[in-house]
Amino acid sequence: MELLRVEGLSVEIAGKRVLDGVDLEIPKGETHVLFGPNGSGKTTLIKSILGFPDCRILSGRIWLNGTDITSLPTNERVKLGLGVAFQNPPPIRGVKLGDVLQHLTRGVDEMKLTATVNIPAEFLGRDLNLGFSGGELKRSEVLQVLAQKPNFVIFDEPDSGVDVENLEVIGKAVSKFLEKRSGLLITHLGHILRYVKADKAHMLFNGRIVCSEKPGKILDQIMKKGYKWCEKCPKVKKRRQMR
Amino acid sequence: MSKGKKTAADAIGKPAAFGPDLDIGVFEREAASWAPCSISALPKEVVQRALSVGINADEKGRAGTYFQIDRSVVLQAIRDGFAGKAEILTTKDALEKYDWVREYWWKIVDANTDKFTALAKLKWDQGYFIRVLEGQKITVPLQACLFISQDNFNQNVHNLVIAEPGSEVQIITGCTVHPNVRSGLHVGVSEFYVKKNAKLTYTMIHNWAQNFNVRPRAAATLDDGATFVSNYACLKPVKSLQMYPVAYCRGTNSRVRFNNIVYGAENSRLDIGSKVVLQGKGSRGEVITRAIASDNAEINARGFLLGEHEDSRAHLECRGLLLSDKASIHSIPELVGRAKGTELSHEAAVGRIAEEQIRYLMARGFSASEAESLIIRGFMDVSVFGLPEALKEDIKRMVDATLVGVF
Ligand SMILES: Nc1ncnc2c1ncn2[C@@H]1O[C@H](COP(=O)(O)OP(=O)(O)OP(=O)(O)O)[C@@H](O)[C@H]1O
Ligand SMILES: [Mg+2]
Repeated sequence: MELLRVEGLSVEIAGKRVLDGVDLEIPKGETHVLFGPNGSGKTTLIKSILGFPDCRILSGRIWLNGTDITSLPTNERVKLGLGVAFQNPPPIRGVKLGDVLQHLTRGVDEMKLTATVNIPAEFLGRDLNLGFSGGELKRSEVLQVLAQKPNFVIFDEPDSGVDVENLEVIGKAVSKFLEKRSGLLITHLGHILRYVKADKAHMLFNGRIVCSEKPGKILDQIMKKGYKWCEKCPKVKKRRQMR
Repeated sequence: MSKGKKTAADAIGKPAAFGPDLDIGVFEREAASWAPCSISALPKEVVQRALSVGINADEKGRAGTYFQIDRSVVLQAIRDGFAGKAEILTTKDALEKYDWVREYWWKIVDANTDKFTALAKLKWDQGYFIRVLEGQKITVPLQACLFISQDNFNQNVHNLVIAEPGSEVQIITGCTVHPNVRSGLHVGVSEFYVKKNAKLTYTMIHNWAQNFNVRPRAAATLDDGATFVSNYACLKPVKSLQMYPVAYCRGTNSRVRFNNIVYGAENSRLDIGSKVVLQGKGSRGEVITRAIASDNAEINARGFLLGEHEDSRAHLECRGLLLSDKASIHSIPELVGRAKGTELSHEAAVGRIAEEQIRYLMARGFSASEAESLIIRGFMDVSVFGLPEALKEDIKRMVDATLVGVF
C-alpha cells in the first residue's frame, strides 16, 4: 500500500488556482523527490497535505497510510504519522525551540538529536526561528522533524542555502532517518541527493505532475536545459491544447 | 492649613489627564484597624492573596517586609542580618524620625496634579519608607504589601524609596485586595530617589478586583551612574487603572528601564504609560511593554521619551496582542527631542495571533488551543526584561496562573 496517495488534487490559494489535478503515490518504504520551477506549487502541495486552511481544496482526495485525511485538522494528520520540515518557518517570539523539542521528545535523547544536526545547545533557549540564519533554520527544521519521528516525512528544500559542511550533516541525518521511513524531498539543485537515495522523482509543472522518472534522469535534464525542457514536453503541450 | 494642603484642596475636583474620571466621594474612608502581627499570623485568605502578588508569607527569602492593610500597618521589619543595611518604616514614622525626609516629600510628584494626588495629600494613609544605606548591596529582595480588606474602601498611600549612593536593592511591592472586596479605590503616590551609582530594581505586582479602581502616581529621579529598573505586572481584571510614572535621568550615565506586562480581561480599562526624561549626559532609557487584551478590555499603552541632552538615547517598544474582537489596544508613543544628538526611537505592533504561527505549531502536533496557549505564553515571556532569576520565575509563575483556565 502507498503511504501517501494524492488523487486529482486541485487547490486554490488566495483566489489563485495553484494545483490543478495533482496525482501522486509514494509506496511504503520509498523516498521520492519533487521538482518544479519556483512558484509551481510544491510548497502549496505540502501545505495542502498538511491541511492548512489557506489552501482551499477544490477537488481531489489525500490518503495517508490508507486513511482519508482530506478533511482532518492538521494536528490529527500529524498524529497519523505526517511530519514536515518547512522551507520558510515563521518566527514565533517567546516560544523557545527547546519548548517545542521538549514537547516532541518528552526529553528523550534531546541533546543527542541536537548534536546530530549540529545545533548548539544554547539554541534551545532561543525564540523559535527568530533571527536564525538560513542554514540554522534548515537544521532546526530537520531537528524538529527527527524529534517528531513521523512515518511519512516531507523535507521542503532542506538543502537550500546550506554550506558544504552542513549539507553533509543534514544529508546524513536525513538519509539515516529515511532508512526505515517513507518520504518526499523537495530540492532545486539536488545537492541533498548526494547523501539521500531516492527511488523516484516527480515534476510539478502547470499545476500537475507531468512526469515521474528516476531522480537522476530528471535532475540531469533540469541541470542541462532548465525547466524549458518541460515547456517542450509533448505531454505538456498536449495538455495546453486540451485547455 | 499649610500652603501645600491649600493647593491640594484646589486639585481635589480636578480629573486626571488620562483614564476614566471617578467620583471619589462614593468610597468609604473608615476602616477597622488591624493589630500588628507577622504575615503568617494573618488570615489565610489574606496570605494567599498576598502570595499572588509576590509577597512571601514566611518572610524567608526577603530582607525585610512592610505590610499595610487598609490604614493599618501590621508589619514593618528588617530581618536579622540586614539591620544597618536598610530601613523600613511607615512614611509617617520616617517623617517624625528624620527632619531631612521632608526634602524628599512631595518633591517629584506634585500634590496638585489631579484629584488623586490631592487625595493622597489630604487623606493620607501611611505607605512605606524604604532606605538602603550608602554602599549596601542587598541581594535578597525587600517586600511591601499594600492590602485592602474592606469593600468599597479608599486607600491612599504615599511611599518613599531612597537608594543611597552605591547601594543596590530589589523591592517587590504587591498590591491586592481581600477576596470579598468588589470595589474601591487605591491611590499610591511613590517617590524614588536613586543616588549616585545606586541601583534600584522595583517590581510592582497588582491583583485587584473586577470593580476596583487604581491610580498610582509615581516619579523617580536618578543621579550620576544611577540605574532604576521598574517592572510592572497586572494580570487580573480591574475596573480602571491609570498610571504614567516618570523617571528623570538627571545624572551623567543614568539609566532607566520600564518593563510592563499587562493582561486586560473582562471589562478592564487599563491606561498605562511610562515617561523617560533624559537630562544627563550619556543617559539612557528603555520602555518595554507587553499588553494582552481579551473579552471587552481596553488598554492604552503610552510612552513618552523626552531627550534634553545631546548625548542621550532611549527606546520604546510596545507589543499588543488582541484575543477578542471586542477588545482594544491603543499604543500611543510620543518622542520629543529637545537637543541635537539625542536619539529616540520606538517600535510598536498590535495584532492578533498570526494564523501562520498556529498552523506551524499544529504541524508539530500541537492542537489549535495548545498552539494558541504556547504563543500567548511566549508573548508574555519575561526573559526580555532582563530580570534577576528568582523574580523571573515568580513572574513566570504568575503569568502561568493567569493563563491557566483561560487557555
Ligand atoms: N498566501 C499566498 N497568497 C498569494 N499567493 C500565494 C500564497 N501562497 C502561495 N502563493 C502563490 O502560489 C504559487 C505557488 O507557490 P509555492 O510556494 O507553492 O511555490 P513553490 O513551488 O514552493 O516555489 P519555490 O520553489 O520558490 O519554493 C506562487 O505563485 C505563490 O506566489
Ligand atoms: Mg516552496
